Amino acid sequence: MSQHFDAIVVGAGPAGNAAAYVMAKAGLSVLQIERGETAGAKNVQGAILYADALERIIPEFRDEAPLERHVVEQRVWLLDERSHTGMHYRSDAFNEDRPNRYTILRAPFDQWFASKVREAGAVQITDTTVTGLVRDDDNRVIGVETDRDGAPLLADVVVLGEGVNGLVGRRAGLRPELDPAHVALAVKETIFLSEEVVQERFNLEGEDDGVVIELMGDVSAGMVGTGFLYTNRESISLGVGCLLANFQETQIPAYVLLDRLKAHPSVAPLIRDGETREYVAHLIPEGGYDAIPRLAGDGWLVVGDAGQFVNSAHREGSNLAMTTGRLAAETVVALKHEGLACSAAHLARYRQALEQSFVMKDMRKYRRLPGILHNNKHLLTTYPRAISQAMQSFLRVDDVDKRAKERRMLGQFRQARGGWRHIFMDALKMARAWR
Amino acid sequence: MDAVYDQEPDPNEGAARGLNLVVCIKQVPDSAQIRVHPVTNTIMRQGVPTIINPYDLFALEEAMRLRDQYGGEVTVLSMGPPMAEEALRRALGLGADKAVLITDRRFAGADTLATSYALAAALTKLGSERPIDVVFTGKQTIDGDTAQVGPGIARRLGLEQLTYVAAIDMLDRATGEIVVRRRAEGGLQVLSSRLPCLVTVLEGVNEVRRGSIDDMLRAARAEITTWSAADAGVEDLQKCGLRGSPTVVKRVFAPTPREESAEMVAVDHKRPKQIADAVLDLIFAHQPKLEAQLEAATRREVSR
Repeated sequence: MSQHFDAIVVGAGPAGNAAAYVMAKAGLSVLQIERGETAGAKNVQGAILYADALERIIPEFRDEAPLERHVVEQRVWLLDERSHTGMHYRSDAFNEDRPNRYTILRAPFDQWFASKVREAGAVQITDTTVTGLVRDDDNRVIGVETDRDGAPLLADVVVLGEGVNGLVGRRAGLRPELDPAHVALAVKETIFLSEEVVQERFNLEGEDDGVVIELMGDVSAGMVGTGFLYTNRESISLGVGCLLANFQETQIPAYVLLDRLKAHPSVAPLIRDGETREYVAHLIPEGGYDAIPRLAGDGWLVVGDAGQFVNSAHREGSNLAMTTGRLAAETVVALKHEGLACSAAHLARYRQALEQSFVMKDMRKYRRLPGILHNNKHLLTTYPRAISQAMQSFLRVDDVDKRAKERRMLGQFRQARGGWRHIFMDALKMARAWR
Repeated sequence: MDAVYDQEPDPNEGAARGLNLVVCIKQVPDSAQIRVHPVTNTIMRQGVPTIINPYDLFALEEAMRLRDQYGGEVTVLSMGPPMAEEALRRALGLGADKAVLITDRRFAGADTLATSYALAAALTKLGSERPIDVVFTGKQTIDGDTAQVGPGIARRLGLEQLTYVAAIDMLDRATGEIVVRRRAEGGLQVLSSRLPCLVTVLEGVNEVRRGSIDDMLRAARAEITTWSAADAGVEDLQKCGLRGSPTVVKRVFAPTPREESAEMVAVDHKRPKQIADAVLDLIFAHQPKLEAQLEAATRREVSR
């Protein structure tokens, strides 16, 4: 006999967990299905946790969740082959009672989040893959099929938090195939170092303080991409990601990119003598606002990466996942309380809620960015190198007079882009993309 | 579907009449993912995922096959910290009927002697509700590797002891007879014995099933029966945990890695003969003596 639930949530990542938690907490009968052996077994992220999104779901999370370090310093490095030009921002104001950003390791974090979902009363099954949606005669989604023996599982609404490469929605025709120009491939190593070494190398006071470094320039070997280095309690997460379409064009294997980064003279000393414990790869939706698929229909909703909710300009993703999960869940809970069906018309409230939140506002703000970066790869390669050259000539003391140096620097800049007009146009493009 | 159900006995009735099978399982760290701390030389358990001891899964599957064939029910039993509940839940998801966890601070630090004592007490309690026909364990655990707990339980409960079992050929509850194949040095033994008995199961003797969606839902919702030492009917706490464990770990050390690492011979577009030559060259480079011996032997052959 088929079992019926108020809601079935596909996936136990940040989006699925947020959705399942909020609905279960509100008293709905919720079934959550995860294909990994445990929640988090298949989930990959840098990873930075933005506290606000989680705090709105589980206010007391800081007392329980496995967190690594809170971020007290942010660095942005522009790399060329041998140098980095950096901007560092460190503030004691980040040492607050309720810090805003944390580094996390997703496996333990997701297991904790999933345990909260179970505590909230949801039925959770892992190691089970949802293979398809079940529809009624009117084409409404009424449940899911899995890769296990047994009758289909039925629900009033199916929340798809199945991640960037979710097959259920794609097979069901709810969203198109991923476009290689709209998705990045990121690879990451977790490199073990003792707590003391991490603190020493990054000038950290305590075991809870952390540093985040965003890397641009040579790290992507001419492709559209960036790198990152995050300090965890006893390890460093080091990774790099570029558009899949660029990997296809250049045929550079992703691990080669990561190996290059590890050998970079600015990075190598930070990870020296570390033991690589984990090597992972993951796709990141980078298509932005215009790649967002349909988000709701009769009996179904899409949350998180499956809905392309990533703000690549600000490296936000898991917070958007949690927020979309929460808003989807709140929509369903409200419909239940009002005694309304989970029809496409009623579930459209979810889209409205997103539009009113920072989620869609931010997604729309950076609407042009993916296209501009894809068509202007030089933005991420030419400028870091030109800036590095300029720094070199500026800092070297020799018998060239300063005015001549400045002229040379400007000349190099102009040359790098083939004329001031191009530089002006680049600035304009970026300004428009950022507006 | 209905017609099939009609012919089958009422499952509850079947359970009462059928076999009472108990499988002892242990939650262990996934040894494939364990690391030794580079500085302190201790095992780093933090963050290492836990699994059901893989050998126990074959025992569970063997028990479920008997249940499916003869009727009855399979109970999984484990001693461990409260988090061992996860392992029991996983066993329910594979198709076990009931789960019992015995957990008590006073069980902590138990060696095989103390573990078999506590498990034997819990089995006695389970058996007092309805006599147990067969107790199953895996052949050993992957963290301790002793293979002592199963035999320890059998000795304490006075059960016939069938270790390293590769297959159960026959079980007759009416006559109380069981016939198994047991792997022994130099071959297989076919043994006939009496119920109740204890069977430790070899790895790879069956293919562990994937539970149905109903099993998974039942497991997710199940309340795991949890017994303290007192609940389990443990009489002598002196025999439990660290106090009841005469085994002492004298030293833990990481084996030094071999200095030489494996060398690869690229296949590329080489012909088999070329690959063979390349492999031989590599071997001879490391074992010049071997090359000389072989050459001498070849010369003798030729001169003969």
